[in-house]
Amino acid sequence: MSTLCIAFVIYSATIYTSGTAATHDQRMSDEARHGQQLYQEKNCVACHQFYGLGGYMGPDLTNAISRRGEAVSRAFITAGTASMPNFQLSNDEVTALVEFLRFVDKTGTYPPQDYDVLWTGGVSQEDDPR
Amino acid sequence: MTNDTTHFAGLRFMRLGIAALAAGMLFGVIGGFQFLFPDFLQELLFTKTRPLHVSLVVSWIFLVAIGGIYFYLPRQCNLPLFSAKAANLHFWIFLLTGLAIIGSYLSGRFGGREYFEFHPALSIPIFLTWILFGINYFNTARQDKGPWPVYYWMWGTGIVFFFITYTEAHLWLIPYFRENMVREITVQWKSYGALTGSWNMLVYGTALYLATRISGCEKYARSRLAFGLYFLGLFNLMFGWAHHTYLVPSDTWIRTFAYFVSMTELFIFGKILWDWRASLEDWQKNRHCNAYRFLIAADIWVFVNLGLALLISVPAFNLFTHGTHITVAHAMGSTIGINTMILLASVFYVIREELPSEIHARCSAQIRTGYWIANISLAVFFAALVLAGIGKGAYDGGSFQEMMAGIRPFLFAFSLSGVAMMIGFWIMLWHGFRLLGVVMAPSGVAEPEPA
Repeated sequence: MSTLCIAFVIYSATIYTSGTAATHDQRMSDEARHGQQLYQEKNCVACHQFYGLGGYMGPDLTNAISRRGEAVSRAFITAGTASMPNFQLSNDEVTALVEFLRFVDKTGTYPPQDYDVLWTGGVSQEDDPR
Repeated sequence: MTNDTTHFAGLRFMRLGIAALAAGMLFGVIGGFQFLFPDFLQELLFTKTRPLHVSLVVSWIFLVAIGGIYFYLPRQCNLPLFSAKAANLHFWIFLLTGLAIIGSYLSGRFGGREYFEFHPALSIPIFLTWILFGINYFNTARQDKGPWPVYYWMWGTGIVFFFITYTEAHLWLIPYFRENMVREITVQWKSYGALTGSWNMLVYGTALYLATRISGCEKYARSRLAFGLYFLGLFNLMFGWAHHTYLVPSDTWIRTFAYFVSMTELFIFGKILWDWRASLEDWQKNRHCNAYRFLIAADIWVFVNLGLALLISVPAFNLFTHGTHITVAHAMGSTIGINTMILLASVFYVIREELPSEIHARCSAQIRTGYWIANISLAVFFAALVLAGIGKGAYDGGSFQEMMAGIRPFLFAFSLSGVAMMIGFWIMLWHGFRLLGVVMAPSGVAEPEPA
């Protein structure tokens, strides 16, 4: 039992540090941080996902900026859609959310586009930033 | 009759849990229809119905598991609660915090973390009550000089690890975690995976306790095999979460190790298959017992869900199932098919033990009807989600709306079976709630039969 617990502590510490070291150089800007806060306050996770984790009502937003472009993302966030309410956000708030999405976009690719399935059932992702 | 009411705290937790599940299912059904018709009940947006559904249903799991522990220890294990007052305080803080969380959701104030979508300040009373619960549990259980049966270990492990993983789930409040998306998501899902493992310890501990009591044979709960499975469960609780994050660009070894850990559950899968015949024989002996019927349903859903879990833990399959409704099928199948069935077994076991048979036998037919409606509709619900997930898995990244239109028939089946399931559960929950009330009524408390 004690061996298991020590292994758990070491394992957790590794995941908190080197196991999840940043895959990109860019630091989160103040605007992106504000966007992240808004994303949580409006509970966007109820409908949207990052890396396939989150709600199912709307699309995954990991690479929304590079796939759809900033202008389309801004239009969706501002006006809403048939299945997404118009949250009556100010211009500054929309800009902050777009900045946050731009920040997330640079952290990786989802779903992976370039990968190999191994005989073990594992997957090697060539487009993994690592 | 007895005037000892120290175990009433447990019954209060159970009744509150039943109310939470009944309400949680209603919000789930509303949310299901909002999936199909986004204009449905616009006063209550999906951003509100989803957290209401999730928080209430998760509360049901905790409340009834905690209630069982507060009930069984003093009432059946001859271990008087270390502090009945602390148990009652635990109940009232939990109730008031729950009401505050519901109020915050309804008024649109969110913390925005998946599954804990309330403001993080509301986690403080939850932390405090958990400390209270832990002190009460360990001081109560240590009166048993041991060796402890495996379910005492499971309950204790569930309590300790809930505290650890719930703390971990709040690490995002520290900028070091929050400002690195990969770390933020990975640590969040590490904590959620282990948190699920910790409530599973509470629930599966309850299942083992019930199986031991119903069969009248304590031997298994003290066997090497039971402790072996407990350690396997603990190993998976600690290290078996990362199949949720195969596609998050963390270190590769995290994903490889997660794949290995997930596959250790094949042992449990094989064990279920091996024990199948014995389970059938037990079923023949105990089929008239409501609690046993729920345990059998849970057994079948463990088999189905573990099969699906093993499949989606293989990275090659996970690549297509991740982020689809197949993951939801797995989550729903586990929380409804396994956890809820075990907890209903706990509720109806208490009723059977505490009330004369002529009282609970009167509603047996209705409970059986509810049981079959709930299980059959859960099977349809589960299949609809898997099919919707396959549809989404085939999505090539084109129009999201077109993909959603393609899986709409499955989402219809999912919503309609959700309504049927709610009706089935409501029938059972009503009787459970009512009969536990009878147990708590001044004239309803019977002395437990001597073991």
